Amino acid sequence: MAAVRVEEVLAAAEEQEAEKRRSVTVEKELELEFDLGNLLALDRNPPPGAALRGAGPRREALLRALARDNTQLLVAQLWELPAERAGGAGGPLVARLPEPAFRLPREKPPPRPRPPTRWEQFARLKGIRRRKRTSLVWDEQAKEWRRRWGYRRAGGDPARAWLAEVPAGADPEEDQFGRLRREKRERVARNELNRLRNLARAHRAGTAAPAAPLHPTGHQSREELGHVARVARVSTASLGRFQPRLPKEPAEPPSRSGGRKRRFEPLLGNLAAERSRQLDLLRDMGSKKPVLDITRAVNKQLRQEEAEAAAAKGKKQSQRGKRGRRQQRPGRSSK
Amino acid sequence: LIYCYRKPKTKRAKRFLEKREPKLKENTKNAMLIKGGNANLTVTEVLKDIYAVKKPFAVLYKKKNITRPFEDQTSLEFFSKKSDCSLFLFGSHNKKRPNNLIIGRMFDYHVLDMIELGIEKFVSLKDVKNSKCPEGTKPMLIFAGDVFDVNEEYRRLKSLLIDFFRGPSVPSIRLAGLEYVLHFTAVDGKIYMRSYKVLLKKSGCRIPRIELEEMGPSLDLVMRRTHLASDDLYKLSLKQPKALKPKKKKNISHDVFGTTYGRIHMQKQDLSKLQTRKMKGLKKRPAEKSAEDGGVSPKKSKSD
Repeated sequence: MAAVRVEEVLAAAEEQEAEKRRSVTVEKELELEFDLGNLLALDRNPPPGAALRGAGPRREALLRALARDNTQLLVAQLWELPAERAGGAGGPLVARLPEPAFRLPREKPPPRPRPPTRWEQFARLKGIRRRKRTSLVWDEQAKEWRRRWGYRRAGGDPARAWLAEVPAGADPEEDQFGRLRREKRERVARNELNRLRNLARAHRAGTAAPAAPLHPTGHQSREELGHVARVARVSTASLGRFQPRLPKEPAEPPSRSGGRKRRFEPLLGNLAAERSRQLDLLRDMGSKKPVLDITRAVNKQLRQEEAEAAAAKGKKQSQRGKRGRRQQRPGRSSK
Repeated sequence: LIYCYRKPKTKRAKRFLEKREPKLKENTKNAMLIKGGNANLTVTEVLKDIYAVKKPFAVLYKKKNITRPFEDQTSLEFFSKKSDCSLFLFGSHNKKRPNNLIIGRMFDYHVLDMIELGIEKFVSLKDVKNSKCPEGTKPMLIFAGDVFDVNEEYRRLKSLLIDFFRGPSVPSIRLAGLEYVLHFTAVDGKIYMRSYKVLLKKSGCRIPRIELEEMGPSLDLVMRRTHLASDDLYKLSLKQPKALKPKKKKNISHDVFGTTYGRIHMQKQDLSKLQTRKMKGLKKRPAEKSAEDGGVSPKKSKSD
């Protein structure tokens, strides 16, 4: 019947497909893990240990067979990727790789965003945006397009300027060329000064906010090392009193509160003070009035909460420019 | 630019410094191959072969350097800073540790991880008389063995080897150019590294059948000492800046069948002014229009 024939035909077609695919299929117990961005395949199956123990060509053959199977699986995955013909119809077949998934450590720590310069802050406040300038300007005299600055600039070579007009309110005896030269020098010096100031501000901001509290050896700054040394000195049982000092290290004065040990009054001393203290204690124990003044305590708590809220709000506000855009904060890493 | 004490005076110097400063998307890691004070022939050959595999992202130092990486890392860090290399391979040989290879990587010019491997057997590129693949081919990396996941030291070794051999990160790759595969098998405390040239043979379907040909350096390695970074330093080095995270496109969704749906947000429309099909029969006649206007029509006849 026609129906049976159709089924036969379909079965035969599938048989053919399977036959074709047999040469490229590989059987594995556990599926491999692929990271196509790195052209990486991870095989979790335990390799045949006993067979690989014997040295010689048998081991090589086994390793090669294992490699062939794994490579076949990896290539099958790579061929599944979306591919296109680069450079027109006749070009090579190029597959687009995904982003590498395997997490590898960086070479250097990520760059910390530098704080904005004075001009950048002002521009952000006012909403001034950078206008792109053309690199060529029309020079009327030469009647052609010349660079804005540099070799053969529009407006002629400034060094060859043979005429310097005396401005309206200036002294007629003054050297105009000298004045122009002086002003240029001043401008350059001011520019350099501002650049260095911006760099210093950025550098200070960078060191003021350390990325991690305690860096491992080799990454610590001078202040951090000093702090760590101080903490280490005081961590002994006698709070660093008998620790040897370096030749030029200044002797630290004994701190009043020391290691926060309790200070007790001497046993026999001020008899009057002792008497008054004991009588006050008895009075407080006997009185009906509560020792804690509830209203005062509540007021104090409320004031503290208000101060905290105001501080947090103030910090948030200073971080927003006038136009409501948030400034960049120096990057903080975890921990 | 970084806080320079001296401003670079030439464009070339500026480019040089910009290449070395920390960036969002980093350069390909360079490797430095160093010989120890007493490197023997095997170790030197290994370094030369690995250099051939890793060209041009490697520097091979010709002279011997008398240092002990596990005791003192300052010399390595100095080299790393000068040549801007964050991976290194140090080869040495002595009676206690014969044919020794120390493979390691740096973070911020300080040693992050170091693993010492002993070479038990080595077959060089020259010894295998087959055709080789071109220099700079991006290799396929395959790791076989469950030890690579179970054991912490093997896991770091796997990460180190991937870092070392993976080459530049590319957005697309020519499928016919997949010629080189590095296969690492971990069995019985030994690590077998084999390199093969891949031959793509015709099969019945689209996916080609793979045949492998032994090529290139093959090493039998044994793990010796390790110097691994502490967990928090390792986590710090793994941290990627947020700017690198791919931006999610809003208002686009996909369904199971692969259809892409977009969502458009519109303002409120005035339905009375909607443009619909014109039906001439439904058009209002002037009489009806005037009746609706409340008897005030603009073309009223003058009454005397």
